[in-house]
Amino acid sequence: MTAISVKNVWKEYGEQVVLERINLEIAPRSFVALVGPSGCGKTTFLRMLLSEELPTRGEITIDGVPLSPEPGPDRGVVFQRYSVFPHLTVLGNVMLGAELRGSRLLGRLFGSSHRQARDDAAALLDAVGLSHALDKYPAQLSGGMQQRLALAQALIARPKVLLLDEPFGALDPGIRADVHKLMRQLWHQHPMSVVMVTHDLSEAFHLATRVIAFDRTRTLPEERLRYGACITNDIDVWPKRVAGQPDFGRDPAHLPSRDDPALDPGQSDRDDPADAA
Amino acid sequence: MRLINRRPDRSLWLILAVLPFLALLIAYAAGSAVRLAENPADKLLPGLTAFADAIDRMALEPDKRTGDILLWVDTGASLTRLVAGIAIAAAGGLLVGMLAGLLPLARAALSPFVTVVSMVPPLAVLPILFIVVGLGEASKITLIVIGVMPGLIRDLMLKIDDLPRQQLIKAQTLGANSWTIAIRVVLPQILPRLMDSIRLNLGPAWLFLISAEAIASESGLGYRIFLVRRYLAMDVILPYVAWITLLCFLMDWGLRAAQSRAFPWFDRARTGQ
Repeated sequence: MTAISVKNVWKEYGEQVVLERINLEIAPRSFVALVGPSGCGKTTFLRMLLSEELPTRGEITIDGVPLSPEPGPDRGVVFQRYSVFPHLTVLGNVMLGAELRGSRLLGRLFGSSHRQARDDAAALLDAVGLSHALDKYPAQLSGGMQQRLALAQALIARPKVLLLDEPFGALDPGIRADVHKLMRQLWHQHPMSVVMVTHDLSEAFHLATRVIAFDRTRTLPEERLRYGACITNDIDVWPKRVAGQPDFGRDPAHLPSRDDPALDPGQSDRDDPADAA
Repeated sequence: MRLINRRPDRSLWLILAVLPFLALLIAYAAGSAVRLAENPADKLLPGLTAFADAIDRMALEPDKRTGDILLWVDTGASLTRLVAGIAIAAAGGLLVGMLAGLLPLARAALSPFVTVVSMVPPLAVLPILFIVVGLGEASKITLIVIGVMPGLIRDLMLKIDDLPRQQLIKAQTLGANSWTIAIRVVLPQILPRLMDSIRLNLGPAWLFLISAEAIASESGLGYRIFLVRRYLAMDVILPYVAWITLLCFLMDWGLRAAQSRAFPWFDRARTGQ
């Protein structure tokens, strides 16, 4: 189980402070959505979780171990675009993870290990609904199918943390609802935490267990350079979603009343909103 | 209907495409007829029969002195040099371009140097090549390599820069090391772009080849046309030029065909369908 801990992280580009005083404890198996206006640094924060950029100050740890300074297989990622490799077929894209880890010299597998990787990839592709398109190239897929492929490609590497950078932002509403359903199902099935950047609030509340808002608190012109964005809101989604347990949504039969105890207080290390009420 | 919205159908397209070629032929035939009417021995714009004679002499009958069929000997010599030069330039360009495009350390060491070297006019280096490597095949192949490779390197570096940065990040999250990123992610995507780059460099490659052959050689298409220039033998020069053009066109077409056969994903990704 993977707990992410962010301790007093700052990010500055030269004089410009982008993020300041970011402190976060993310419980294992959480699904955290980062929201905020454009330019508030939520994508910068995701890039730091990915080690694509390094914090100017502070430290990020996963299970108590500081993040490696470069991206690695413990953290998977899906971007809004360009997540999949255009020169590989659907199957090849998903097999690539096993091939890269299995063969440091050639990046290719042969014989029984190749068959094994192929079978694993085909099974996962079946689960994301792409079993009919194994031999197609990404350019032949629709946007929704490309993001399904990107999810399968990232998950085959069994990341501890899955990072999503506005992954569904470019999809049509109908397609987006389908991919949301898939995303929630994958989160339940795979032992990972998810951190997702989105500008869509309803998406954030629809999928996440916790929604974190970034914003600038100092916006006077003379302050903009030296004051960055920080966490302005940190909301537990209610009713509580727990990974691996059924989600009853707003079904009144399962909705606890305000005075009931939280469904599973052990799952969160934060004060529960039910207790506070 | 506005002109920008009028598109030719298949047959009209064919007619329009053939038209300029036809116009050139007619203009030539007319000019030739006028000059030949004035002076039957005119050498500047020979008639079709003169071409037929020359082609027969160069391409079908063995040369009286050497017993070789000159056109084929010339073509063989030129193509050997050209293909060798382009192959070496492509291999070297791929190696250096990948190194400089992928590794920031290699880029720091190579990029300014390559930029400066690519500014050296290759033909200005030709005398040095003749002095250093002699007048044989090596100097001609080296000229093509020097002329074409810096451009290929710079082009490939830019093409690697154009690959979305997300792909390199993604590959790292899938467990790739620098080497496997190079051979599994970058190389397969760069090869079709290298073929595009070679197509664009075919013209310069021929230019350097013919220049080298014209200055010091004993065979080759460039050697022949500069040799017969002394006798104003337009009946040989013009078919040779047409032949060179055809060879160049076929190489371009062949590379294009090989590209879409070997990299079927490339066209789809480029046109976005």
